[in-house]
Amino acid sequence: MFSSSPKACTDAEGRLFIDRPGTYFGPILDYLRSERLPTHHILEVYREAQFYEIKPLVKLLEDMPQIFGEQVARKQFLLRVPGYSENLELMVHLARAEAVAARSSAVLVCAVRSEEDAALCADALRILEGEKRSVVKFGPWKAAPQVKDLLDCVKMDIEARGYQQQQEEIATKKLRLTKPSKSAALHIDLCKATSPADALQYLLQFARKPVEAESVEGVVRILLEHYYKENDPSVRLKIASLLGLLSKTAGFSPDCIMDDAINILQNEKSHQVLAQLLDTLLAIGTKLPENQAIQIRLVDVACKHLTDTSHGVRNKCLQLLGNLGSLEKSVTKDGEGLAVRDVQKIIGDYFSDQDPRVRTAAIKAMLQLHERGLKLHQAIYNQACKLLSDDYEQVRSAAVQLIWVVSQLYPESIVPIPSSNEEIRLVDDAFGKICHMVSDGSWVVRVQAAKLLGSMEQVSSHFLEQTLDKKLMSDLRRKRTAHERAKELYSSGEFSSGRKWGDDAPKEEIDTGAVNLIESGACGAFVHGLEDEMYEVRIAAVEALCMLAQSSPSFAEKCLDFLVDMFNDEIEEVRLQSIHTMRKISNNITLREDQLDTVLAVLEDSSRDIREALHELLCCTNVSTKEGIHLALVELLKNLTKYPTDRDSIWKCLKFLGSRHPTLVLPLVPELLSTHPFFDTAEPDMDDPAYIAVLVLIFNAAKTCPTMPALFSDHTFRHYAYLRDSLSHLVPALRLPGRKLVSSAVSPSIAPHEDPSHQFLQQSLERVYSLQHLDPQGTQELLEFTIRDLQRLGELQSELAGVADFSATYLRCQLLLIKALQEKLWNVAAPLYLKQSDLASAAAKQIMEETYKMEFMYSGVENKQVVIIHHMRLQAKALQLIVTARTTRGVDPLFGMCEKFLQEVDFFQRCFIADLPHLQDSFVDKLLDLMPRLMTSKPVEVVKILQTMLRQSTFLHLPLPEQIHKASATIIEPAGESDNPLRFTSGLVVALDVDATLEHVQDPQSTVKVQVLYPDGQAQMIHPKPADFRNPGPGRHRLITQVYLSHTAWTEPCQVEVRLLLAYNSNSRIPKSPWIEGGEVSPQVETSIEGTIPFSKSVKVYIMPKPARR
Amino acid sequence: MPEIRVTPLGAGQDVGRSCILVSIAGKNVMLDCGMHMGFNDDRRFPDFSYITRNGRLTDFLDCVIISHFHLDHCGALPYFSEMVGYDGPIYMTHPTQAICPILLEDYRKIAVDKKGEANFFTSQMIKDCMKKVVAVHLHQTVQVDDELEIKAYYAGHVLGAAMFQIKVGSESVVYTGDYNMTPDRHLGAAWIDKCRPNLLITESTYATTIRDSKRCRERDFLKKVHEAVERGGKVLIPVFALGRAQELCILLETFWERMNLKAPIYFSTGLTEKANHYYKLFITWTNQKIRKTFVQRNMFEFKHIKAFDRAFADNPGPMVVFATPGMLHAGQSLQIFRKWAGNEKNMVIMPGYCVQGTVGHKILSGQRKLEMEGRQVLEVKMQVEYMSFSAHADAKGIMQLVGQAEPESVLLVHGEAKKMEFLKQKIEQEFRVNCYMPANGETVTLPTSPSIPVGISLGLLKREMAQGLLPDVKKPRLLHGTLIMKDSNFRLVSSEQALKELGLAEHQLRFTCRVHLHDPRKEQETAVRVYSHLKSVLKDHCVQHLPDGSVTVESILIQAAAHSEDPGTKVLLVSWTYQDEELGSYLTSLLKKGLPQASS
Repeated sequence: MFSSSPKACTDAEGRLFIDRPGTYFGPILDYLRSERLPTHHILEVYREAQFYEIKPLVKLLEDMPQIFGEQVARKQFLLRVPGYSENLELMVHLARAEAVAARSSAVLVCAVRSEEDAALCADALRILEGEKRSVVKFGPWKAAPQVKDLLDCVKMDIEARGYQQQQEEIATKKLRLTKPSKSAALHIDLCKATSPADALQYLLQFARKPVEAESVEGVVRILLEHYYKENDPSVRLKIASLLGLLSKTAGFSPDCIMDDAINILQNEKSHQVLAQLLDTLLAIGTKLPENQAIQIRLVDVACKHLTDTSHGVRNKCLQLLGNLGSLEKSVTKDGEGLAVRDVQKIIGDYFSDQDPRVRTAAIKAMLQLHERGLKLHQAIYNQACKLLSDDYEQVRSAAVQLIWVVSQLYPESIVPIPSSNEEIRLVDDAFGKICHMVSDGSWVVRVQAAKLLGSMEQVSSHFLEQTLDKKLMSDLRRKRTAHERAKELYSSGEFSSGRKWGDDAPKEEIDTGAVNLIESGACGAFVHGLEDEMYEVRIAAVEALCMLAQSSPSFAEKCLDFLVDMFNDEIEEVRLQSIHTMRKISNNITLREDQLDTVLAVLEDSSRDIREALHELLCCTNVSTKEGIHLALVELLKNLTKYPTDRDSIWKCLKFLGSRHPTLVLPLVPELLSTHPFFDTAEPDMDDPAYIAVLVLIFNAAKTCPTMPALFSDHTFRHYAYLRDSLSHLVPALRLPGRKLVSSAVSPSIAPHEDPSHQFLQQSLERVYSLQHLDPQGTQELLEFTIRDLQRLGELQSELAGVADFSATYLRCQLLLIKALQEKLWNVAAPLYLKQSDLASAAAKQIMEETYKMEFMYSGVENKQVVIIHHMRLQAKALQLIVTARTTRGVDPLFGMCEKFLQEVDFFQRCFIADLPHLQDSFVDKLLDLMPRLMTSKPVEVVKILQTMLRQSTFLHLPLPEQIHKASATIIEPAGESDNPLRFTSGLVVALDVDATLEHVQDPQSTVKVQVLYPDGQAQMIHPKPADFRNPGPGRHRLITQVYLSHTAWTEPCQVEVRLLLAYNSNSRIPKSPWIEGGEVSPQVETSIEGTIPFSKSVKVYIMPKPARR
Repeated sequence: MPEIRVTPLGAGQDVGRSCILVSIAGKNVMLDCGMHMGFNDDRRFPDFSYITRNGRLTDFLDCVIISHFHLDHCGALPYFSEMVGYDGPIYMTHPTQAICPILLEDYRKIAVDKKGEANFFTSQMIKDCMKKVVAVHLHQTVQVDDELEIKAYYAGHVLGAAMFQIKVGSESVVYTGDYNMTPDRHLGAAWIDKCRPNLLITESTYATTIRDSKRCRERDFLKKVHEAVERGGKVLIPVFALGRAQELCILLETFWERMNLKAPIYFSTGLTEKANHYYKLFITWTNQKIRKTFVQRNMFEFKHIKAFDRAFADNPGPMVVFATPGMLHAGQSLQIFRKWAGNEKNMVIMPGYCVQGTVGHKILSGQRKLEMEGRQVLEVKMQVEYMSFSAHADAKGIMQLVGQAEPESVLLVHGEAKKMEFLKQKIEQEFRVNCYMPANGETVTLPTSPSIPVGISLGLLKREMAQGLLPDVKKPRLLHGTLIMKDSNFRLVSSEQALKELGLAEHQLRFTCRVHLHDPRKEQETAVRVYSHLKSVLKDHCVQHLPDGSVTVESILIQAAAHSEDPGTKVLLVSWTYQDEELGSYLTSLLKKGLPQASS
């Protein structure tokens, strides 16, 4: 120190003078004397030591935590922030310059951590500079510390220079938000735009990205500002549409922009822009459904613009009225005469507008009113009827709908028939009118009309039956339809023996005056609909027939002939639809022999779907005679020989046919078994599928017909035993003479046993739920025990399998959670637990998986269960967070995780806000209480809080849904046992037919995927086409698809695994942002698959690629 | 009085030789030009001499329209154009243009080669005739000349059949030709928009019939064929070359495909094959199903149906054969019939009507023993079935079309008088429109009230609008303007604009009248008195007293002057413009009554 330093100087007497205060010299002296380190004022001592250049002391002090952090690490860090000191100087400089005028000054500090951030905030900075704000930018830097650390440094250094700092907190907050603000960017762009085309371009770019709720208002202000200045209508139009989109942003309350919107509306000249602005107002209005005043105001605005000359504006006004027109209750409430208009009257006036688009809009608005719960006046009916003869199809189509709505509202009112004194019920009149529309000129209207007919169940049967009767005539003489003739032939006992010439000759004369050709209302509507050129109309008509027939057995009987006719339609879809329809109404009908004959003729159809649908139909039809049964059997056997692949389906069909008609089968038995009263006949081949089919029919009939076994021959009994073993699902247990009742206890006892087992299930669940206060050990045991019980129960009782599995899964989750929380690691404080946490993290992972299964694999899960499931998942996530917090060093990764977790909690709250009251005392309940605190605390604290909460939280009761079924899938094809390998040339593709049945899968078209696992571990996921799924019955689906296998260059024969996956996406609950709806749809939204659950057994397929020939 | 005149030359209360003359707004159009199946003499063709006795037809007719290729709608065409002589345009759709000459040629061959008729049109004439044809597309508006335009609509019935709208100015006529309102296996249903013609000329073949659903018949047909084939029998279906044949082919083809059947189906060669070729080409004229599956496969490219060879008839095993002609009176179908008739396993299905005297008619009426030429007796053991597939609209269908088009009046053709009567009554009763059913040669005259569009200038309209309320349909209002007629279009403009446009100077017409008043006072005072009197009487008008002593009421000027001879009499000079005629004359009469005796 004394060698060279100019710090020291000598005084007059030659003494060295050191210009330092002596306050902290003591500790230094202390160190020099005894090498003892100071315990207080370390920083000051450190400075002194530096001054005196006592290097050992400096080094020692630097190692002390106080200094190490503050001085050394900080320096290290700041050295890596480029231009730190210069920036600091700049700051001071700027602050001083500003402070000349005032006592304080504000300097914005912008700290950007990474390059991306820097790029992002470049725009914002430019704007701020443009506004002449003083900004100092730090970074980006390549060191670990965060923005907050840098700010601390800045703060300290500034303070060290003697400047006081205020608003430090705000400053940091602001800095954290220096993401590119859209408003700012937009502003700049719009200012830069020189031509309308430019501005439009910017606006379009702007619209591509979503805006956060916080910045919406700013953006809106800028847009409005620009709107006032803009002369070009197209730009104004775009701005207006953007305003509409923006006001749809979740979390933004658009009432603040309403005044402006109405304001600009009044000054707008362009019709297009006006229409768009009204649309925006509509968006605003729908966003604020509670605000009566606003609604009334908007309705006023709409009424004012209704007289506009442009159809677009009138359209929008009507739409607005339809969506926001006040409901009746407000009319009664508003005593003070606040112009509540009669919206219906206003809209009704526009039914006769000159523009068809406006007429359509008016009707749609009326329908909208109805949808919102406003009761329409009956007077509208007459107006709507006039619109049925409109020139434009969209008007007619909407009018049909309106008439339908009114007819549902006032079915029993009486309306007069024009040009006569009679009166009929309104619903009948409407029915007649809609029927008339089935022969409209436009097929769109025809489809609409045919569809609506199906839901008019209140219509009188007299009218209903007219729809199937065209009142045939020929040369003014009444003629019978082919159906009637067929029926007559049948009843007279003569059947299908070749029709005679002239058989369809007309009989009685009819009175010319009584024939009504047009205004006969419902007359023959369905005959027309089913004969229509467009298959869309035909399908709609078949559907309508189905619905009407389901509610009226007599009608079902009548429409049978027509449905049977539809089995020959040229479009397969229509044929299939009519077969399904027939199945649905089969409870109400009994097939006549001639009808059965026609139905059975379709069995030869080459389409597998048609045949299988038909088998399903036969399963549940009633046949009237033994000939009918015989006919059905013969045709089915023919079918079997023609298409051997239908074997299973045919057997099943015969099973039901037998059990439904035991008495009809009885007289056929000797013939079917070809037994002879005196002679023994040859024993049939037991492997013949046709023989098995016959036996299935007979055995099922014999179940309820005790006399039948007496007709069996010896080998029949032997075959019975064999079939009972090999095809137990098709052959029931029989009470055979001289044989033990092996399993008779099982089948009849199902019904009485059901109740106790259900009770048992309830009891065991209740037992579990009441276990709040048991000791952990006991709880675990009880849970394990109950889960086992439930699983066993599920195996025994197929009806309860869904419920039992579902609750068992839930309990397993709970058990895992408890186990994880019991781990010792929670009590260990130091980071010594790295290995032990395996179990906990595995548990968390498994719980997550199980919750996904619970949510997506069961059909019939209601909202209240979903809450519980999500709650469980939240707990698992918390657990995961805690485990990670304890196993990883450093805070950085934790930050992100914490934030994510909190977001999820927030999401949970938003989704299930209605259900929160049911979650008293639960984990989430507590969590939400502490939410504000969690938001501001550091990750470590968050973890701590979570940990305690997780351990304290109670066990939620899982309410059981009414009907719950576990989704399951069975792959029928490929069977997997085949030794014949699939041969193909290596390097090319081979198609593998996959045929699987799915049970209780919701929306299989989008969820079910096929996975192929190759021997090298490579997995391939195939999305089957929507058309590959068929729906043969309620809750069942069938997947018939082709999977293309390919693999680059592999030549060894090997096995490939095929299985089905259930894909899920838990984000499906999130409401879509209006931006995506309105703007371009981003592709990843639709196909997002979050994860998959395998839900079928995998099947191995033997594959043998041949090396490619050169 | 403008009118539409319609005269059927054929098909008036009759079926056959459709030919209807329509005269609309000075344009003459001939709709269809068919022959009659029932006659072999002159009555076979329409009487074209009705149009003109000794002039060129071309001068009298603006165009000829052919609705579809059936001979009763186009059979007389070569005779008409080549032999009678017509050089104007002939309109028809593309498929009709393609198929028509084949049928005409076939017809010519039978008439000339078989029946040995002389003085018949030749092949060359058919070719020349077809050269005059202009083909149109569906819904294409064709301008025949400046005023006359025609437009084709889809009619079902047969390939290329169309309904035509003929329009001159605001008057229009729709002619349906033959049409079908229910779709069949290869064609769709007829469709027309709400064109509201003055007159709809519609066929009425099935005026008194309401038909059952086609599905039953189809199903029956298929079932019968299927059963016969399964038994191992042979099925003969005699058909006409075009139309139903294709429908049945499609029906059987799809059924074979669906049911996976293997028995062969044959189609007798010749005309039919050529026709199938055209069906393949004009796929857009067929129904929804065929149009939609066209991308994968043209439905008319039959997979199961093969060409027939004479030798095939003796092949063992089941088969189905389509053979011409349809009534079993001659040709291949009869040959095959004779071969197969003896076996009860076999079957013949008659898909249409048979004329009396033909073999078809005999077997349908139940005759089991037929006498063939050469005294030999043929015993019919095979099953005989009748199956009617007709492609005309039934009564309901006709009503439906009338409802769709909403015409002002309807005219029925192509049907029997007795049946038309019924339909006519129904149409008048239910649509409340006039309905006519003229016989051949009878003319129906239909007064029309054509609307004349007048363009109004925007300035005038705006001025009118500014004056008062919005226009209301119920309250007519007076509008002053000038109607300018130029190049057959009308415009209504304000008089100022009219003057400017026409380069005319404005003239003012003033009426002047002297009224003598006994008033001894000075002129000024008289004026004042007149002023106050008028002011009290005419409260609604603006009465002014000008400084120069004259009084004005609106634009009417009143000046008082002393009489040159009698100072006790004052002369009031009243002058008004033509526009204020009403007020002026009123004022004069008022003044003539004299002024009320003033109090002073």
